[in-house]
Amino acid sequence: MDTFSLLAQGLLVAMEPSNLLYALIGVTLGTAVGVLPGIGPALTVALLLPVTYKLDPAGSLIMFAGIYYGGMYGGSTTSILLNTPGESASIVTALEGNKMAKSGRAGPALATAAIGSFVAGLIATLGLAFVAPSVVKFALSFGPSEYFALMLLAFMTVSAAFGESTLRGITSLFIGLALGLIGIDQLTGQARLTFGMPNLFDGISVTTLAVALFAIGETFTVVAQRATGEDKVETVRGSVWMSREDWRRSWVPWLRGTAIGFPIGAMPAGGADVSSFLSYSAEKNFSKHPEEFGTGAIEGVAGPEAANNASAAGTLVPLLTLGLPTTATAAIMLAGFQQFGLQPGPLLFATNAPLVWGLIASLLVANFILLVLNLPLIGLWVKLLSIPKPWLYAGILVFATLGTIGADGSTFFLGPVPVSFGLLLLMLFGVLGYGLRRFGYPIAPVVVGLILGPMAEKSLRQALQISQGDPMALFHSWIAILLWVLALLAVVLPLYLRARGKGRMLAQFATDED
Amino acid sequence: MSESGSRNTRRRPDRAALGIAAALAAVAIVIAWSTSQAGGVAGYSPVGPKTFPYIIAGGLFILSILTAIEAMRGHFPEREAQDFPPMLWVLGGLVAQMLTMKTIGFSLSTGLLFAATARAFGKGALWKTFPAGVVFALLVWLMFAKGLQLTLPAGPLERLF
Repeated sequence: MDTFSLLAQGLLVAMEPSNLLYALIGVTLGTAVGVLPGIGPALTVALLLPVTYKLDPAGSLIMFAGIYYGGMYGGSTTSILLNTPGESASIVTALEGNKMAKSGRAGPALATAAIGSFVAGLIATLGLAFVAPSVVKFALSFGPSEYFALMLLAFMTVSAAFGESTLRGITSLFIGLALGLIGIDQLTGQARLTFGMPNLFDGISVTTLAVALFAIGETFTVVAQRATGEDKVETVRGSVWMSREDWRRSWVPWLRGTAIGFPIGAMPAGGADVSSFLSYSAEKNFSKHPEEFGTGAIEGVAGPEAANNASAAGTLVPLLTLGLPTTATAAIMLAGFQQFGLQPGPLLFATNAPLVWGLIASLLVANFILLVLNLPLIGLWVKLLSIPKPWLYAGILVFATLGTIGADGSTFFLGPVPVSFGLLLLMLFGVLGYGLRRFGYPIAPVVVGLILGPMAEKSLRQALQISQGDPMALFHSWIAILLWVLALLAVVLPLYLRARGKGRMLAQFATDED
Repeated sequence: MSESGSRNTRRRPDRAALGIAAALAAVAIVIAWSTSQAGGVAGYSPVGPKTFPYIIAGGLFILSILTAIEAMRGHFPEREAQDFPPMLWVLGGLVAQMLTMKTIGFSLSTGLLFAATARAFGKGALWKTFPAGVVFALLVWLMFAKGLQLTLPAGPLERLF
């Protein structure tokens, strides 16, 4: 079957009334949570994972698609109306968007972000639909050694390529890999690093780790900063609609942003931040009004927002076709698949085609819902933005504990006292998350390492078992060798650039949140 | 956070960063020791369940040495002064919730965390924030335990519903 008929079938699944409802709920929840200051897409997806626990796989994944896109959009609303430095995924949007809002043009800024996200989401999701089958065909020829090399490449791009320091990136990755060792070994059934605690047999849940590192770690970080006064939320005055001039200046950046974002997301190159940053500098170069940049140029919102969303759809290419998460958000989505015993990858396209194509189609549906929902509801999102910090963080922690107990409800006894094991992990990893932030360690590699580590180990062992221990088997094909070389470059090149004093540029690509 | 370049080579050794190096080394040793203690079918395969843990332990050990070098050179980013008492409130809330969750149920236990967090962010009166938190958590419990069939611990309060 060709892509069109598969996609049409997917649309039939996505348009079923119950699935439409799931998509609507997902988009609404995703936007509502994503709009809260301090909550990026990764945390949005992690916090809302429990909502989907009891649904059927198709409904759950469709709701998830809505949450993912909604969370991405909510984040950009926050950065336009509230200048929160530190939320890296949409920090580029804040550069111009917040300036526009300050000069009373919040409406057009939000509109170009919404419509740009829609255009980019539409094109990129169609791109996903058309690229995926060929990647799947290619990936079917992969053996364990190719997979291992591919994961190695993903490890290196996620941890070493961007950010302030190669050493700290790789250290974060190894913390994640070490946590991934805990539990029953997949191939032999041997318990590893469980220290005799049955609670650890199932390993560390990705949800718990992500929620703890992002939500609890963030709470500690914010509360420990000496009070610097309330952040000012810009109001939306006047029309939210864009003038003819705004349209004229926006449509090329939307398309350019899409063209930049999708390939970057689709390659294991580390997520949305890189692409929105590149799009921003591209717009600055191409603009006829370069003098407006820094004071509220609409191109500087339109381009990066489109790039951001296009790259979000792009990340789904390696996730769905190879089972390879390249961002923390994608890692949590992979956990969402795994709770139903589904393993994304080329085989899923063969064994569960209606599910995969229903998911891709519902991304399109979610994208439409977002466009319809966002601008009319902007007043509501602004209200959510102005929740005072004490209630905001108290509420976030309530949902963080909810997600954790939902993922791990087990108990252990401290003497006579029954203690919730999930919450113990939440607290410990929360402290870890604070420490990582304090010392400038990136968070995403920890989450990616936890979920990808066991998969990489499995591939490595399978490859070496086939060759009876001969390590040369890891390099037996040209694809594998190429991937090894790329992985090596991903480590060496940034080290070289930093040594040449270009580290600042790489630091700006740092992937904190997703 | 500022990028600390090579121009700062004269900074003093960073004690906290040395602590990180020590912690990484400790984790590496624990992994290696625990792996060596575990039994297993010997000789079955050249790459068994122990190979990967040893690789990780080795990697962590190397990273710990490199971290120590960076720490000695003062290459870590500068850190802002921190306000610790509010953090302890949040931490205390988490510990209280963890210890009470299984006995007094989701709402009461989460109410403790809610009140402690609000306190940490400067909303004082616990007698107001605790009930508010309990009501909020109860609503969440009703939504997720009753509405979405999620298994959440129930206590005296939840059994009323």
